Amino acid sequence: MPAPRWKRCSGNILWAGGVPGAGGDRPLGAGAVPWGAGRVRARCRSRFESLTRRRTGEALRAFHTAIRSSPGNTRNAAMKEQAQGTMLKVLTSFKSSEIEQAVNSLDRNGVDLLMKYIYKGFEKPTENSSAILLQWHEKALAVGGLGSIVRVLTARKTV
Amino acid sequence: MAYHSFLLEPISCHAWNKDRTQIALCPNNHEVHIYRKDGAKWSKIHELKEHNGQVTGIDWAPESNRLVTCGTDRNAYVWTLKGNVWKPTLVILRINRAARCVKWSPKENKFAVGSGSRLISICYFEQENDWWVCKHIKKPIRSTVLSLDWHPNNVLLAAGSCDFKCRIFSAYIKEVEERPSPTPWGSKMPFGELMFESSSSCGWVHSICFSASGSRVAWVSHDSTLCLADAGKKMAVASLCTETLPLLAVTFITENSLVAAGHDCCPMLFTYEESQGALTFGGKLDVPKQSSQRGLTARERFQNLDKKASSDTANATLDTLHKNSISQISVLTGGKDKCSQFCTTGMDGGMSIWDVKVRNPHGPLRLG
Repeated sequence: MPAPRWKRCSGNILWAGGVPGAGGDRPLGAGAVPWGAGRVRARCRSRFESLTRRRTGEALRAFHTAIRSSPGNTRNAAMKEQAQGTMLKVLTSFKSSEIEQAVNSLDRNGVDLLMKYIYKGFEKPTENSSAILLQWHEKALAVGGLGSIVRVLTARKTV
Repeated sequence: MAYHSFLLEPISCHAWNKDRTQIALCPNNHEVHIYRKDGAKWSKIHELKEHNGQVTGIDWAPESNRLVTCGTDRNAYVWTLKGNVWKPTLVILRINRAARCVKWSPKENKFAVGSGSRLISICYFEQENDWWVCKHIKKPIRSTVLSLDWHPNNVLLAAGSCDFKCRIFSAYIKEVEERPSPTPWGSKMPFGELMFESSSSCGWVHSICFSASGSRVAWVSHDSTLCLADAGKKMAVASLCTETLPLLAVTFITENSLVAAGHDCCPMLFTYEESQGALTFGGKLDVPKQSSQRGLTARERFQNLDKKASSDTANATLDTLHKNSISQISVLTGGKDKCSQFCTTGMDGGMSIWDVKVRNPHGPLRLG
């Protein structure tokens, strides 16, 4: 059997043997990532990358996609890391003036989820992340109130 | 709206007598003090000293005029008024942790005590032995029982506990009552039967309340949510994530409205829309008068900006009537279906009485 040819396909999932969907391939990623979730993440990330190339108004769609495809009930730490990383990139790509509009477009559960990601982002500060996260925090607090922060503290399923 | 400051210490718990002229409260120590209303003043008329630990729950039975108190010394006492003195009777609860809350049943022939030993003690009086006997409800409670409320049929008991769940049990004691008729919560009610259990929210359930008809139960939990289960809708649970700090006490004031209060120091109104099965926030009930805003000089503005990073002084002092968290709400007049007055006590040692004014029978409620 010939040695498998590694090829990077959409979603950065390494495939043995070329194009996905061709016979005889298996996904080989870090850990046992289920195919369905991987596709979601992959689509989110590739879409985000293409969308941020065209700035105006598309950052909002990237934001909504990231919120919607957030992994809810998973214990897989790698998947959570991925989601946090994507979310952080989306949040830092916003201009300060656009933050308020993005927060107002969320419903109550979305604001709670956003608050969880903001606090998760605070835990591992990178160079410029804290400043932009603080702006996000101010706007999210105005909409969600202190209750949304309490729900971050009491939540049993961390994001 | 009337506010009276009893103490500088928190009021741990309170209970009113039948005609609302006397209030029994615990001033954060081992005693219970009873105050009587003398015109506009309150004077202390009794001091009940029997507990060896802080008194955590008091309930006053309106018809039989008995008090039951429970405390961290793992005991409960039933007090009866003989002449002008309150005489205690010890009730052995058989618990090995502190008792947390106590409630007389509607017919006053039994009472329930929630405790830290993860069980509820249902106590009733046994005539032959002249002694209070208790039975335990244990399964499936996994943590401290923080709050209790009885259903009007004297059998069902709602319990909120620290394992994040609200449950309804049957506390049917065949020695003191007949078999209850079926209710929307279920028809078979042997002792200790679990009739309803909520799915986990994420916070300790601080307070729980049945509606006047008993077909709805509402509870507040520590993750700043208020939930309501409606037996008429197959026990569907409606929940509302509030924007405030966690609430500590809740009560129904009509069949569709609730008043809740907590760490935000003011009572808030919530309404339940039956057709949509949704809870909505009705507003804070403690709207302070607008104090005259004196203008800030430019110097003060810069000083504020330097010290507090914001130039508005709105949040410097608490505008609400209570200056600390409100820990208990009790209905004074009108019952839970047509409440016209309710009372709140809090950690600031004060007690305030709120009037509910109904504009029109089906319209929104306002507060005086």
